[in-house]
Amino acid sequence: MFDFVKEPVLAAQDFFLLSGRALKNIFRRPHYGDDIILQMDTIGVGSLPIVVLIGFFSGAVMALQMSRALAQYGQIGRTGQLVSLTLVRELGPVLTAIMVAGRNSTGIASELGSMKVTEQIDAMRALGTDPVQKLVTPRLIATATMLPLLTIIADFVGMFGGFIVARFFLGLLTRQYWMSVWRGLEWYVDVTQGLVKPFVFAFVVSLVGCFYGLRTTGGTQGVGRSTTQAMVVATVLIFVIDLLLTKIFISTGGS
Amino acid sequence: MPGESREPALRFENVSVFFDDQPALADLTFEARGGQSHVILGAAGSGKTVLLKTAMGLIKPHSGRVLVFGEDISRMNERQLFDIRSRIGMLFQESALFDSLTIEENVAYPLLNQKAIHCPSCDVLPRVTRALEFVELGGTLEKFPAELSGGMRRRAAIARAVVTEPPLQMYDSPTAGLDPITAHTIMALLIKERDVSRATTLMVTHRYQDGNLMANFRYNSEKGSLEPARNGDRATARTTFMVMKEGRLIFEGDQDELEASHDPYIAKFFKQRT
Repeated sequence: MFDFVKEPVLAAQDFFLLSGRALKNIFRRPHYGDDIILQMDTIGVGSLPIVVLIGFFSGAVMALQMSRALAQYGQIGRTGQLVSLTLVRELGPVLTAIMVAGRNSTGIASELGSMKVTEQIDAMRALGTDPVQKLVTPRLIATATMLPLLTIIADFVGMFGGFIVARFFLGLLTRQYWMSVWRGLEWYVDVTQGLVKPFVFAFVVSLVGCFYGLRTTGGTQGVGRSTTQAMVVATVLIFVIDLLLTKIFISTGGS
Repeated sequence: MPGESREPALRFENVSVFFDDQPALADLTFEARGGQSHVILGAAGSGKTVLLKTAMGLIKPHSGRVLVFGEDISRMNERQLFDIRSRIGMLFQESALFDSLTIEENVAYPLLNQKAIHCPSCDVLPRVTRALEFVELGGTLEKFPAELSGGMRRRAAIARAVVTEPPLQMYDSPTAGLDPITAHTIMALLIKERDVSRATTLMVTHRYQDGNLMANFRYNSEKGSLEPARNGDRATARTTFMVMKEGRLIFEGDQDELEASHDPYIAKFFKQRT
């Protein structure tokens, strides 16, 4: 009767089992340091240009939009406040995670999927290596390290984008804008929220990519399917978890 | 025959494996004694690859027992299996070389990652070079798999499978997708490896010619080439033929018994020998 729920429930169970093994392996030998560094370069440094571009333009457009609304109340001087608040709490973590998901969840899914369909994963097991230890854990550690850092960069570049608009299109003074940015942030609440979110999103980005990659079947067509599924599921989960985290932060005393 | 042992290197006892409720292996029982060669014939989807992967512990049987060197691997966890797997060399159907590693790193992989091997770091390169020279790929250490032809990749994968000198060697369709000349070269290498190492060999194939070569030719180390085995050797043949159909073992015996079979499915294989 409930056969239709069997497959998603089994998939969820497999996902949590994989996540558990990947986390447990962080504390177990052997550690593949070279792979972690390589993945940090691919995920972190490789994503930098797109994160900087998206951060800059989202900050700039936020400043333009907010200034229109604020102008109605004669509060255009508070543009920096709204830009920083929106970026640090929401746009920075979410947009960065989506960019990294688009670039790396898909990349991970297609790389691991190709390895799966060409029996390289089986060969790895046959030759004495745990694929979760060798492939999943380094990607998880690298993403959990790099995504918060990328988010900080995106936040800052976004504020700079807002500054360019405020200075050259809205006629605000440099000091006026940056003071407003500074005042807009409640450091403990906002910065904590702005860093916890990307840390949690990093688990989604890396583990969803690895999960769909490792369960790929059906040759090259299957690799394409896994890549698409990884992108869709990672993006949806980022928004769902963002809502949950925001609610938790607000309920626990954040403004 | 030197190297032949009465102790089974591999034993399947009523092993069944299912995929989506469909049997991939159905109540399979056989054993491979030390030093013997087994040629496993069967059409596509008959369960040949599943058999090898089950023997390696890559697939868990749903029922029955798989004993490798006397140890039941059916209930072992992944870490316990690593020790057993270090005594098995496996050539995968698509070679399964790691794309991101050079040929040298690929062949060195089992020496560096299999804990039970204990290969000192100074011995790694000489052993890798020796294994690659064995498959006549001495000059390819720095190349990546994508830079090699299909036949060369298969030979590099053989080097990786035998570099640790495992006592049980399994080859999954070693000549699939290769032209006849390259296929013959690959078979010559496998026979050479079998005769030099005296290892227990399981070879999965759908080409009867490969089994025929395995059963009737031997490697002459003095001439450095294959030659027909003498009649006396054939009488003590170490090669057993097995035929799989829809996950079931429908024939097990020597080449003469195989060729005497009137089963149309079995006859299909040896009638295509020329």
